Amino acid sequence: MNNEHRPYTLIAELTYRCPLRCPYCSNPLDLAERGNEIDTDTWLRVFHEAEALGIVQLNLTGGEPLLRDDLELLIEGAGKLDLYTNLITSGIPLTSERLSRLRALGLDSVQVSIQSARSSVSDRIAGAPSFHRKLDAMQWVTSLGIPLTMNVVLHRENISEIEEFIALAERVSADRLELANTQYLGWALKNRLALLPTLEQIEQARIVAAEAKMRLRGKMEVLFITPDYYSEYPKSCMEGWGRRFIVVNPEGLALPCHLAHTIPGLRFERVTQRRLADIWHHSEGFNRFRGDEWLPDPCRTCERRAVDFGGCRCQAFHVMGDAGMTDPACSLAPGHGHIESARAQAGRLAGTLIFFDYRTSRGCFSR
Amino acid sequence: MILTTVRPRLSLKVRLRFDRRTGRHLLLYPERGLELNDTATAIARLCTGEWTVDDMVDHLTRVYDDVAPDEIRREVCGFLDVLADRGLLQNMS
Ligand code: SF4
Ligand code: SF4
Repeated sequence: MNNEHRPYTLIAELTYRCPLRCPYCSNPLDLAERGNEIDTDTWLRVFHEAEALGIVQLNLTGGEPLLRDDLELLIEGAGKLDLYTNLITSGIPLTSERLSRLRALGLDSVQVSIQSARSSVSDRIAGAPSFHRKLDAMQWVTSLGIPLTMNVVLHRENISEIEEFIALAERVSADRLELANTQYLGWALKNRLALLPTLEQIEQARIVAAEAKMRLRGKMEVLFITPDYYSEYPKSCMEGWGRRFIVVNPEGLALPCHLAHTIPGLRFERVTQRRLADIWHHSEGFNRFRGDEWLPDPCRTCERRAVDFGGCRCQAFHVMGDAGMTDPACSLAPGHGHIESARAQAGRLAGTLIFFDYRTSRGCFSR
Repeated sequence: MILTTVRPRLSLKVRLRFDRRTGRHLLLYPERGLELNDTATAIARLCTGEWTVDDMVDHLTRVYDDVAPDEIRREVCGFLDVLADRGLLQNMS
């Protein structure tokens, strides 16, 4: 196999269960039962098969991965395979004892997400008192000498807190601060009006982030990820469909991206039924958007196609209704008008308070 | 620019891993990785916090005796710059 389609990262979604209820989470709550989850041995086999395919990085995520009682066994297994293991957590429920046990078993780094730098806002968004426990968790991570990424999903309501996020990341001695703008898919797409920042907000935030990046060089890595609604060209989706990443969801479905199964008409397979290598190379879903042949106009002749692969398939589907079209975030795309009008609307509504819909007990995606 | 008297150390989040598919080394860190060529691997191995940039250049000049010291210095500084930009080095000042 050449390196053109070599997966480097396995994203293992260990569970849908989660103690928090963040409104923009894409977890289907109705499936959040232990009985739907693949078991320890299956995961360990998947890690093996993944490593044999070329995977070197493992992201353990969820839902909340700490809710798996076998997390110790899974991290130990990954450690034996010399995978770089990253735990992506809300920080709840964690104890410093468990964390040091996980570290000893081979955990390489921890990422904690926060919704706001202000405890009251953070607790309101998460739907439970959690901010202080997150702070404790981050402090345990760094005091055990584990590299910490603090992740913030930025949107209209919290983007003005950017300086506070940076200060907080410095206070907990994070190694990386990821300031990522929301991807407008699923729940976020439905609530785009309430979430999409204005151009002015983005510009201000970008300047603050750039300043922090310079100032903290060598101490903390600061990443600011612009929303694709405000960039000229789309982001490369997962560095190309079925090219660098494999997502395995709690039920064992193997996917090129965590939302790929929300695109109707694509067939994906389960790791309980087929070897990961076979799925990677031969499954219809993984092959559907690989290579050049499927590319629509104007991507077909565009020089950037090797960089962004025509953008996000899920966005093309959720905004345009056709996963095979150019990502509308691209300024050259026929559907770009949708994005422009959302942007214009965000500008018009600047300063107006907009409430977002809380998700109820149903998942945000009809599956 | 990098001071030649600092003693760079790979930051905590970085791990060097042999890649048996390519026979090269990968520098892994959260969410990312760099594929290294042989010289870069040799430089990365010297980022232990004990070697100054000058020491590194001296040492590598002896190992790669067919390469001009100036070129080695350029490579070392260039690569350390890349690492520093990505926040992969400590002890840089
Ligand atoms: S298709 Fe879209 S949602 Fe899926 S990973 Fe790619 S960018 Fe993300
Ligand atoms: S036209 Fe297609 S390939 Fe070109 S920049 Fe836009 S999305 Fe990318």
